[in-house]
Amino acid sequence: MTTELFSQYLFAGVTYGIIYAIVGIGFNIIYNTTGIINFAQGEFVMLGGMIAISLAQWLPLPLAIAVAVALVMLIGALVEMIFIRWLDRPSVLRMIIITIGISILIREVALHIWGEGVRSLPYFNGNEITTVSILGARISPQVLWVIGVCTIMVVCLSLFFRYTLQGKKMQACAANRMAATLCGINTKNMVTLSFMLSAGIGALAGCVMSPITYTQYDNGTGLAIKGFTVAILGGLGNSMAAVAAGLLLGIIEAFSISVVPLAFQDAISISLLLLILFVRPHGLFGRKDAAGLKEF
Amino acid sequence: MKRFVTGFIMSTAVLAISATMAVAGTIKVGAILAVTGGASFLGGPEARTIEMLAEEINAKGGINGNKIELLIKDSGGSPEKAISFAKQLIEEEKVFAIIGPSTSGETMKIKQICEEGKTILLSCAAAEAIVDPVAKYVFKTPQKDSHAAQKIFTTMKEMGIAKIAVVSGNTGFGQAGKAQLEKLAPANGIQILANEVYDSKATDLSAVVAKLMANKEIQAVINWSIVPAQAIVAKNMRQAGWNVPLFQSHGFGNIKYVEAAGAAAEGIIFPAGRLLIAGELPESNPQKAVLVKYAKDYEAKYKETASTFGGHGYDAFMILARAIAQAGSDREKARDAIENMQGFVGTGGVFNFTAADHNGLDIDAFAMLTVKNGKFVEYKK
Repeated sequence: MTTELFSQYLFAGVTYGIIYAIVGIGFNIIYNTTGIINFAQGEFVMLGGMIAISLAQWLPLPLAIAVAVALVMLIGALVEMIFIRWLDRPSVLRMIIITIGISILIREVALHIWGEGVRSLPYFNGNEITTVSILGARISPQVLWVIGVCTIMVVCLSLFFRYTLQGKKMQACAANRMAATLCGINTKNMVTLSFMLSAGIGALAGCVMSPITYTQYDNGTGLAIKGFTVAILGGLGNSMAAVAAGLLLGIIEAFSISVVPLAFQDAISISLLLLILFVRPHGLFGRKDAAGLKEF
Repeated sequence: MKRFVTGFIMSTAVLAISATMAVAGTIKVGAILAVTGGASFLGGPEARTIEMLAEEINAKGGINGNKIELLIKDSGGSPEKAISFAKQLIEEEKVFAIIGPSTSGETMKIKQICEEGKTILLSCAAAEAIVDPVAKYVFKTPQKDSHAAQKIFTTMKEMGIAKIAVVSGNTGFGQAGKAQLEKLAPANGIQILANEVYDSKATDLSAVVAKLMANKEIQAVINWSIVPAQAIVAKNMRQAGWNVPLFQSHGFGNIKYVEAAGAAAEGIIFPAGRLLIAGELPESNPQKAVLVKYAKDYEAKYKETASTFGGHGYDAFMILARAIAQAGSDREKARDAIENMQGFVGTGGVFNFTAADHNGLDIDAFAMLTVKNGKFVEYKK
């Protein structure tokens, strides 16, 4: 394999991988505060893209994206307040069914508003055929936007969790909800915040990737599956592990194309998920004893 | 209790009879179309087109006084749903004919059901297998895959291209097209050096483009799919700086893909019906009047550009309407009328059906088009 081809695969892999990672982190943030998997995570990504595309007709692009992210955060908060907040100690199964229901609801609403066609934001720099040459590979500048924005998001999130009071509070909820309540933390608000946060990062990812992947009312589902794989692969609840797992999965997918037919690309990621579930159910980077304490 | 049951049955029977009487003079036409889902860009325009035509015909008092009652079912592109809708339409609604489905995969699944139910099926899907082998009640309006493949190869030979790569979607349409390309390539002296299949939901194909690009012998790429991936392939190729000619199937005949691919769509060459270039056709072209009228009506009513896919719905509906006008509301006679129909000018071409050919179009139904400044124009060397 030539260096050019190698870096071409690598960039493709990193692009997929970082998007998977962002969706995976979205899963983790909500999982940490509520103990549930929010299957509507992919829909937040789709909504971010769709709203930004609609707003971009009237607003300059950066503003359209900012408003779209804010709106999706609001939707995330509303979803939590309407469907989740009032439930008293819901079972894991019930929560899963609820979030799947929400995802179907959002998809159908999106179908009604935006129709069935594909849409996309304009390329942030240049157009569809602009390329930049890096390490011998020729890629669209949008790829750099995706990688850049997602990396910044990951860094900001880890700083948020480590150094801010709100972040600490959310982590406290994750560690032990009861103890957090006893310390005077309003855990219900933390849950709302976690929905807003994961909706926001999903929406932003949805905006930067839109020019590359297009946005369609139903492309949240595929992303949710990949994001879920990544979250499990890294070990549920661990956001940094999700980044590593996301990149790993993306790069494996990209390089797999050089040896097996393209048609097997998804089979590879799903087999990987199954393998992990059998061999290391607590994930590549998770600890077995910690996983044992979790409900799900 | 027994008396009640008998009474109930009696009254239902009376109701049923009166219901039938009330609709005397109407002909029920079913349609199974992918109005939503991945194939919605096919089913959406098709459903809107036949709704428009049915309204138009009913406003004029129907066909020989028979009004058309449309029952459109949204299959979402799923073969399972298409099967259950087909059974429902045939057994419960007892429809006169079924228009659709939109996709080849769905059509193949219900071909036998319509044949057994002796219900006319006018498919809007492309795959050749729908009418080969011929089933008595099954017709299709889009042009044949083999003709599309042959058109592409003929153009390639003119351009001096002999070594190509084929990429296709994993849908029924993609797979049928791939099979035709593989079958016709040797006879045209064309060598397929790489053959890749992608998932119909693929959102990025840059890795596979990188793989193909590494093979320096490849002179051109054919992409055969009906999904947004058509635009993605184009973008990924140009972004990777790979400038070999890109050919697409007749599935590319929707201006939305050109918009989606933007600058990357420039120069894509593909076979398509003449609807897309209706305005440019010479007055002498027999299709011109039909095409211009359909595009104008559709665009005025729905405020979106007419596509060849809506045109397949137009052809299916109008062929049926003409058959009913000739043969009346007898299903067997209407079927015979379709099979013997000659010189029907539709959007897809001029249809000449025979007992052996339930598609009725020849290779000239296709023109080779290309994209220039974001618009479809006829391809000229």
